[in-house]
Amino acid sequence: MTGYIVRRCIAAVIIALGVAAVVYLLLNFTGGSPAAAALGNHYNKITAALWNKQHGYDKPLVVQIVDYVWNAIHLNFGYSYKQGQSVAALLNEDAGRTAYLSGAALVLALLIAMPLGIAQAVKRNSIGDYVATGVAFTLYSMPAFFLGLILIQFLALDLHVFPAFVGDNVTTTWQAVTHPLEMALPIVTLAALTVASFSRYMRSSALDALAQDYIRLARAKGLRERAVLTRHLLRNASLPMITLVGLSIPGLLAGNIITESLFNYPGLGLLFYDALQNLDYPILLAYTLIGGILTVTGNLIADIAVAVADPRIRLD
Amino acid sequence: MTELGAEDLVGGVPSLGSPNVPTLAPEGGEVQVLASGWRLATREFLSNRLAVVGLGILVFFVLACFLGPLFYHTNQTISNPLVTDGAPGATHLLGTDDNGFDELGRIMAGGQTALEIGFFAALMATVIGTLYGALAGLVGGIVDGVLMRLVDILLSIPLLFIVLVLATRYSATVLSQSLIIGLFSWLVPSRLVRGEVLTLRVRDFVVAARIMGSSQRRLIVRHLIPNALSVVIVNITFLIADSILLIAYLGFLGFGLTFPTASWGDMLGNAQQAVESGYWWLVYPVGICLVLVVMACNLVGDALRDAFDVRLRRR
Repeated sequence: MTGYIVRRCIAAVIIALGVAAVVYLLLNFTGGSPAAAALGNHYNKITAALWNKQHGYDKPLVVQIVDYVWNAIHLNFGYSYKQGQSVAALLNEDAGRTAYLSGAALVLALLIAMPLGIAQAVKRNSIGDYVATGVAFTLYSMPAFFLGLILIQFLALDLHVFPAFVGDNVTTTWQAVTHPLEMALPIVTLAALTVASFSRYMRSSALDALAQDYIRLARAKGLRERAVLTRHLLRNASLPMITLVGLSIPGLLAGNIITESLFNYPGLGLLFYDALQNLDYPILLAYTLIGGILTVTGNLIADIAVAVADPRIRLD
Repeated sequence: MTELGAEDLVGGVPSLGSPNVPTLAPEGGEVQVLASGWRLATREFLSNRLAVVGLGILVFFVLACFLGPLFYHTNQTISNPLVTDGAPGATHLLGTDDNGFDELGRIMAGGQTALEIGFFAALMATVIGTLYGALAGLVGGIVDGVLMRLVDILLSIPLLFIVLVLATRYSATVLSQSLIIGLFSWLVPSRLVRGEVLTLRVRDFVVAARIMGSSQRRLIVRHLIPNALSVVIVNITFLIADSILLIAYLGFLGFGLTFPTASWGDMLGNAQQAVESGYWWLVYPVGICLVLVVMACNLVGDALRDAFDVRLRRR
């Protein structure tokens, strides 16, 4: 078990370093010259060469990559010349709000998808099952912004239950937590898309578990159906959810960009969106790198958690 | 496979000869030729009602988007400030948008670009991924390790991020966006093909071909690719769906095709104001078209997967 975790961690670190190198190369090919962004009107051949020398951009590409990775490990992601602030400070400012939005959406998605999937499996091929599958399939094929627009139309503009976008009174993470009405639509939009993919897996996983002998045994020994479902089925059918949650990170990050720009919620997604409009490459580079690292970490934690939770797949 | 019906056995198919040919299956013990996997898969696919609906939706959209403009003439290049945001009526069946373009005509034009980009990107990703995966699986060893770690690395970077960053740099045409998406979505197909090749290469017919001295190239082209094709074909439909969604996200975030080229995501970029102003015709028709096309691709993909998957085959 320990050997497996160690091997898995080493592989993750190697992949993470590779991600950093690829992201740096990608931005190096696409991004404008950092000297041009830093110098502005004073940009010419001579000042640019001088600036590049001062800031290490005249070194070979490999050295630049190593430098960037070394700085990134120390949480130094460079400087956004367009915003006049260090990237780390900008990211740090918005990270809490994005973590809250994604976390709340993920928890809500799990709370809906797990009971829903089990109910669908228990009452399989009923009308309710077909309706739930159909709705999930539609949501799965729906872009996040279109769902958000539909929610805005019906719940905000027609019924006036929730505000149509996150107002200026939500600027800190704490304010986001204490304004559930303003946060309802962004969280539901992000959660609905996650539910769409989770519930399909939960249903098939619960169907597999229902056919197992331990469920038959639990029923045969006279256990109440409720206890069979919560104690035996739920726990076993939830195992694939661990992997799914780990794999859902890239989707959540992408969903954040869409949801935050649609609802004007000040988080990392909106920061990224603004950086795209301003061609602020240090921010794009840093957040893409963080997205990659989070994805690697998510996969790693999921692999380890599954091995811990399921004794059948302890690989040694 | 032992419980196949009589109609699956060539020789037992009643429609082949004259009505006088006995319709009974040959007696047991004879060597019988099974209907090919492709025919079984086709039949399985067509017996799936949702799949036929999905295919129908796709055919409808291809015809409507590419042939529709021949019958429904609209101006989609020069904006007309006199008729902006017009409600649906006799002259403009789905109203006009904020540039005065006819909305129905624009949905058709946007559908063309969405289908073109989806198809080109998926095709490119599939070709690259198939060759890459087949190479990794066949060569094996260190090369396989290196190639697949590279896939792991690229797969760890969220696709939307890469595509958005690249979209800031390159002018937005159908070709450039297909290239950007295609060049970064071959990773999943390459993994699938590699897995398929790893299981196929130890199968008897491949070993036999190898012993008979067939070249590496012939092994790939004649034996491995045709047999790994079902996985690839299933994946291509999902790739088209994902690419169309991705292109819609790009358009919505302001990196759609250069004006006046239409794209569905771009048309929904201003949808928030349209919703607030009550211009429903600028939001729901195009949004529903987008969902329908993506859903149809996913339906067809699911059905194809079931049709090719021998283990799932009923009977």
